[in-house]
Amino acid sequence: MFMSDKPIKGEKRVFMTGNEVCAWAALAADADIMYGYPITPQNEVMHYWTRLSPKHGRKFLQTEDEISAGFTTIGGVMAGRKSFSATAGPGNTLFQEPMSMAEMMRIPTVVIIMQRGGPSTATVIYSQQEVTMTTFGGNGEGFRVVYSTSGHQDLYDYTIKSFNTAWKYKFPTFVLGDGYQAKMREPLTMYDPAERGIEMVKPFPYVGKPGMPGTDRPTEYLRNTYNTEAELYDAIMEIARDYEKAAPEIIEWENVQTDDADTLIVAHGIVSRAARGAVETLRKDGIKAGHFRPITLRPFAEEELRKAASKAKNILVVESSYGQFLKLVKEYLYGLDKPIDTILRPGVGITAEEIVARIKEGR
Amino acid sequence: MAVKIVLAGEGGQGVQAIANILAEAADAEGKEAIYIPNFGVEQRGGVSIAYVQIDDNKIGSPKFPKADIVVALSGRAITRTARYVDGRTTFVYDSSTVASAEIREEAIGIQGVEADPRSQRQTEVIDDSKGTNFELPKNAGNIVGIPANHIAKNELHPRVFNIMILGAVVKATGVVTVEQVKLAIEAKLGDKFEKNPGLRDLNYRALEKGMSLVERVV
Amino acid sequence: MSMQPNMPKSWNPDTKPHKFCPGCGHGLVLKMLGEAIDELGIQDKVIFGCDIGCSLLAWDFFNVDSIQTHHGRTTPVITGVKRADPELIGIAYMGDGGGYAIGSQHLVNAATRNEKITVILVNNTNYGMTGGQMAPTTLPGQKTETSPYGRDPEDTGYPTLGPEMVAAITRKGAYVARGTMSNPKQLKKFIKKALENQVQGNGFSFVEALASCPTNWRTNAEATWHFVEKDMAEYFQVGEFKVPGAKEGEK
Repeated sequence: MFMSDKPIKGEKRVFMTGNEVCAWAALAADADIMYGYPITPQNEVMHYWTRLSPKHGRKFLQTEDEISAGFTTIGGVMAGRKSFSATAGPGNTLFQEPMSMAEMMRIPTVVIIMQRGGPSTATVIYSQQEVTMTTFGGNGEGFRVVYSTSGHQDLYDYTIKSFNTAWKYKFPTFVLGDGYQAKMREPLTMYDPAERGIEMVKPFPYVGKPGMPGTDRPTEYLRNTYNTEAELYDAIMEIARDYEKAAPEIIEWENVQTDDADTLIVAHGIVSRAARGAVETLRKDGIKAGHFRPITLRPFAEEELRKAASKAKNILVVESSYGQFLKLVKEYLYGLDKPIDTILRPGVGITAEEIVARIKEGR
Repeated sequence: MAVKIVLAGEGGQGVQAIANILAEAADAEGKEAIYIPNFGVEQRGGVSIAYVQIDDNKIGSPKFPKADIVVALSGRAITRTARYVDGRTTFVYDSSTVASAEIREEAIGIQGVEADPRSQRQTEVIDDSKGTNFELPKNAGNIVGIPANHIAKNELHPRVFNIMILGAVVKATGVVTVEQVKLAIEAKLGDKFEKNPGLRDLNYRALEKGMSLVERVV
Repeated sequence: MSMQPNMPKSWNPDTKPHKFCPGCGHGLVLKMLGEAIDELGIQDKVIFGCDIGCSLLAWDFFNVDSIQTHHGRTTPVITGVKRADPELIGIAYMGDGGGYAIGSQHLVNAATRNEKITVILVNNTNYGMTGGQMAPTTLPGQKTETSPYGRDPEDTGYPTLGPEMVAAITRKGAYVARGTMSNPKQLKKFIKKALENQVQGNGFSFVEALASCPTNWRTNAEATWHFVEKDMAEYFQVGEFKVPGAKEGEK
């Protein structure tokens, strides 16, 4: 493996687009190879990676489509290299085929998703409409890790973290961003993970280990097919056990003034910034609002959400989708008898003002 | 509270370039800044809009419903940006006739890696001799017409039209210092200035001229 | 009264001027297609499918029922239409990405099955709509957003020769040609023959059209023409590769 000079030394404050941030973060995380296919709004992740990667001994392949991008990423991982891809919208739909295989075979792929309008081609701009697909897509059980970022510092931090989470726990891992984050410019601090005490997990090969197969070492026979119901059941339950065991170490969340909140705003990703702003405004006006932000959508901080929700009098779920996040939230709130109001705006950005207005209206 | 700025014009008028310069200047000054362009399937031919927010504290959503200042540089831009106007908005528009956009070959802007600003080409050719007959937003707090295109053509150079607009925005909002803006321009165009020092002078004059056309409103 | 430019009858005048970039090859290809449809009198039978690249901008171009499909899926959608109602004339319109990358499996299979549809593929050596990434037909050394240092054939092979491939895998009844925007008359002839081939029910018809993309090539008018007429034509041979009635093994 080519360990060249560090692409980022020390720390530096920069002002760049989200797509560029992801390319730099992947470099900082020692990613070896990116496989990708053009789709707006994540194209620039590829544009930056193709310019930067040769300088650091990393590789790139533009594949013929997203199905191929997903499977080539799997191949790269199996060869023991940190491989990643990026996609959006209809590309994410195609990615579900390879990601199902990654789920079944415990393959640590890292994929950056920049959500755009859906379904189908819709808009190239923005949405939070790929939540269901990214958390539970394909024909699987959702044994995946999904980080929902709310801005550029998150994109940087969690792209790096994704490689560690993926390679440590061996579940396909996703950075769930959106078109606004992809295209906007805002400041963040880039850093060398080592200088912050973050140890990067080393990749390992699934195939191609040294030695003669069968003689020097056991031959690797990797499959995702089973013959009987019982066999499959055992295989799935083993994955489930590993997943449940890893979950407490992976889940992340944030509480914003939820201890004494009457109204609990539940939101994720970039909408969380609007929720935060709303809490600030409402508190100034004497209204006790709080905000619960799940950072991992899979696995979900169910206990923490219930804790925050049980203290509140009512709940407001806000998302740029027609209820994909609401569905998750309701599942985790099962049994808690609190009125739930919603702001559902498929494909449309949401501002703090809107949230404030809704909460004031409801009083 | 963040200052919310909307800049809009035809592709080729350099709207994204100056929005970026403004955001970069604010960032260099240690402020929080967010810049986001509008973008759709048609990367070419639509109205080019840039949203900039500048604040001392961390900024929330990248988009906003109403702006503190809207600058609309073409008839279509006036119509397109009316939705961002309310009683506290200062609406600045180009009062000289809406003319066809100048497309510069050495475009300023995020080159090569992001969508090329030159790809935002105008598809409507509007007759120079007709007056602008687009409706101005009546609900604006303040409407300011500046004969920007006319001035750029006759007193400066069409090439620095957008830098002049930048000057006007800097003066009207007071979000960054002129010095910082000049540094940001230098960072972007420095090597072009090295080849042609007259360009630096032209750009700075355009900046000053733009500042002279408006008052501080935000 | 202003002078209306000469437009094919099958064009929808309400959606003109069109949204393609100045200097784009699509406009000319669509004009030749429009004229061919007019001359064959098939406007009321045509179903026009387009991809999501720049071909997307043709979705309301004609006064002809049109379907905008997902990327690379225009061929199978039009195949589906034609199979269900063979009286219709199915045209699948796409770019080099939609035809030779994500849509290649569909192209190969439609050709192999000799589907009685007409595929028109506009080759401008890049992914235009998404900002100029490398395409299967990008030339060696050509700089694009994902081959910023120039396409290296040692790494990513040579440009796809689509018509050659389709000619090799099709049999009797297929019509395969490559035209160029720099010879519109010939291009129209090829498109017309391709459509006639479908009208006669012979088999699969395929026309690739070499076209310009000055926006993403970053070329002025002179350089644009040079690229199409010299650089592209050097690599992509213009002509007919398969004509129905030709014996096996013959071109």
